[in-house]
Amino acid sequence: MSHSGSREGGGDKRRPFFRRKKTCPFSGANAPKIDYKDTKLLMRFISERGKIVPSRITAVSTGKQRQLAVAIKRARFMALLPYLLK
Amino acid sequence: MALYEHLLIARQDISAQQVDALAQHLKTIIEGEGGKVEKQEYWGLRGLAYRIKKNRKGHYVLLNINAPSKAIVELERQNKINEDVLRHITVKVEAFEQSSNKNRRDDRDGKPETAATEEAAQ
Repeated sequence: MSHSGSREGGGDKRRPFFRRKKTCPFSGANAPKIDYKDTKLLMRFISERGKIVPSRITAVSTGKQRQLAVAIKRARFMALLPYLLK
Repeated sequence: MALYEHLLIARQDISAQQVDALAQHLKTIIEGEGGKVEKQEYWGLRGLAYRIKKNRKGHYVLLNINAPSKAIVELERQNKINEDVLRHITVKVEAFEQSSNKNRRDDRDGKPETAATEEAAQ
């Protein structure tokens, strides 16, 4: 991520562990297509409570995160995904 | 003409034959307006993620439609009137997806699918 240089990834020498830079799971070759009917895929991007996980955690790119949010909301409306879990 | 995906949930109390008749009815509406149903997919009686009008399950039907917008307006109007239809959604798409991720959809919902076949056997 762009801002990680200042806070997280900056201290390569001080940090005892190295965090690999994550890439967007929807970019690149044979990436899955975002589809509201594909609940199994969408389940990976919602939290235990059923909330949409922010892209800074999942590393989904901005544009894809928007598409993903729409897809999750459509899936919720069609009762494929819950609005809230538990 | 544009491509649309239409997904609807029908009430749990109606039979699979009635769902089929409903889909046929919608098909005739679209064809009457000069459209075409490219593919019709019945997902079976699946568990809903939450209750809709006291229903815990619902029959899911997916229609891939190639039709003018007028046909879609009429389709939505009919679905709003019909009390057997709990929810419906129409999404305009660039191209219809291949059925490859149908499998991905199905293996998560193995339980509702088997429940549906059991009920059909009774």
